[in-house]
Amino acid sequence: MGWLDRLRKVNRDRLEQIVVGYLFLLPDVLGLLVFIVGPMLMSVYISLSNWKLVGQPHFIGLANYEAIIEDPLFGDSLGRTILYTIGYVPTVYCLSLGLAVLLTRRSRSSGFFRTIYFMPVAMSLVIAGVIWRYMLEPGHGLVDILLGSVGLPTPEWAGNVQSSMVSVMMVAIWKNAGYFMIILLAGIQDVPSDFIEAAQVDGANRWQAFRYIVMPLLKPISFFVIVILTIGSLQTFDQIYVMTRGGPAYSTYTLLMYIYEKAFREWDFGYSAAMSVALFAMVFILTLIQVRYFRSADERQ
Amino acid sequence: MQKARSQMLGIGVYYVIAIVFAVIFAGPFIWMISSALKPASEIFANPPILISPNASLDNFSKVFEQAPFGQYMFNSFFVATTVTLAALLLHSMAGYALARLSFPGRQLIFVGILSTLMIPFYTILIPLALLVKQLGWINTYAALIVPAIPHAFGIFWLRQFFLGIPQDLEDAARIDGASRIGVFFRVALPLARPVLASLAVFFFLANWDAFLWPLVAANRPDMRMVQVGIQSFTGEHGNAWELIMAASVLAVLPTLALFFALQRFIIASVKMTGLKG
Repeated sequence: MGWLDRLRKVNRDRLEQIVVGYLFLLPDVLGLLVFIVGPMLMSVYISLSNWKLVGQPHFIGLANYEAIIEDPLFGDSLGRTILYTIGYVPTVYCLSLGLAVLLTRRSRSSGFFRTIYFMPVAMSLVIAGVIWRYMLEPGHGLVDILLGSVGLPTPEWAGNVQSSMVSVMMVAIWKNAGYFMIILLAGIQDVPSDFIEAAQVDGANRWQAFRYIVMPLLKPISFFVIVILTIGSLQTFDQIYVMTRGGPAYSTYTLLMYIYEKAFREWDFGYSAAMSVALFAMVFILTLIQVRYFRSADERQ
Repeated sequence: MQKARSQMLGIGVYYVIAIVFAVIFAGPFIWMISSALKPASEIFANPPILISPNASLDNFSKVFEQAPFGQYMFNSFFVATTVTLAALLLHSMAGYALARLSFPGRQLIFVGILSTLMIPFYTILIPLALLVKQLGWINTYAALIVPAIPHAFGIFWLRQFFLGIPQDLEDAARIDGASRIGVFFRVALPLARPVLASLAVFFFLANWDAFLWPLVAANRPDMRMVQVGIQSFTGEHGNAWELIMAASVLAVLPTLALFFALQRFIIASVKMTGLKG
């Protein structure tokens, strides 16, 4: 083959790569632009306008944001969302880590228990919410009967201002612990067993081996799990919607409930969009802080 | 002797803790099924009745009489399957292009795609609803399917996979005269089967379980997806828990079946989406 032919062939291949490359990317890139990036920009625009269901949006600058800051319902919903996160994230992390440790040693029974603990992952949060609402029926639900039979107190669960938040939190913990257990379990089982054996030869007991060998190696995964849990809990919605609709007396009214109802019950798009952009900004900053924190904690070691 | 005893104790503690948690995690499933088979009079019986002597499938036929549950399930099945198939094909194409073809702007496009992962669904909910309304898609399958397809996550995972396939395999096919598109379909895609299976499970479950978007986009009774169907059924039947539990069994059955049939792939997909994230 002459050099001219070869050059032509190379050129043809380069052209083919360009054409096929763009062609292959076109549908997805177009989809992302139309259904994610475009709506995101649109959301920022809507948040700067006064737009109720009827009529056209008109630009009002930051007025929606100013109103949000003074809206006590926004502050309260945000507070409740943060409370939910503070309760939910550490509980799920500790529980799923504990379960992962419990099932670390591979055996027939640990495989069985792993399947059982992981089962709620196959159930949607909506159905989990429905089932738990049934089991937590105040007074005559299964949980109250069982608690009552051993003489324990029975709160009114989702029906009471004091315990409603714990109830909706419990459902999400129950549903998601198994998922994070699998992730942490995979991380623990990736720790080379000679590391642990070496530590034990040096006189470390099991707890010390876990604390000083496994936990540090698990840090990137723990970090990932905590960030994902935090992001997820700040947008909790499904089980609250089916269990309490934000009640009783707004006690489970989280920010996403407020955003949803403002837009699709009161049809106040501008205000709702402003809240959603504000929540996004807060989550973004929080995630950056978490990344910073974990990174600096990493460097200190 | 001492050691043997402490080892026995350890095993005992392990089983006690493991079984307590097994009851907590499996209990609601068992109670759901038990209640779905019970007559209404036994729903709140004290002491609770686990296996009713009057068990029957009556509640299920009542559910089908009182709500178009077959339609809900068909809608969910159709939407979740279509989204999954379309997403796998389009994301494979995009991932392959980003991993194995060279063209101007590739890196920029990749970073752009990844950055869409930061955008949470709730911030685009309102514009998306307005867009879908503008397109005349409210209460259509298009509204439920099309916006659910684009997903940077799937593109990312397939790109990572395609980066790892050996160059020799591609070269061999190219020497045999295959075009780039031919290499994609005949070499790359078949190699990606395990990743595709895990992603398929992920997409199917995510769409079967989806709630907020279907709630906004399609609430006409015949267009409801199953989660919205359960929610509205619960709202309409207040305290008929035996019917609500029967409906829940129906709604959870497909994912539970998938779970037991494909557990290996599900766990692989959790690890894949979790570990290297």
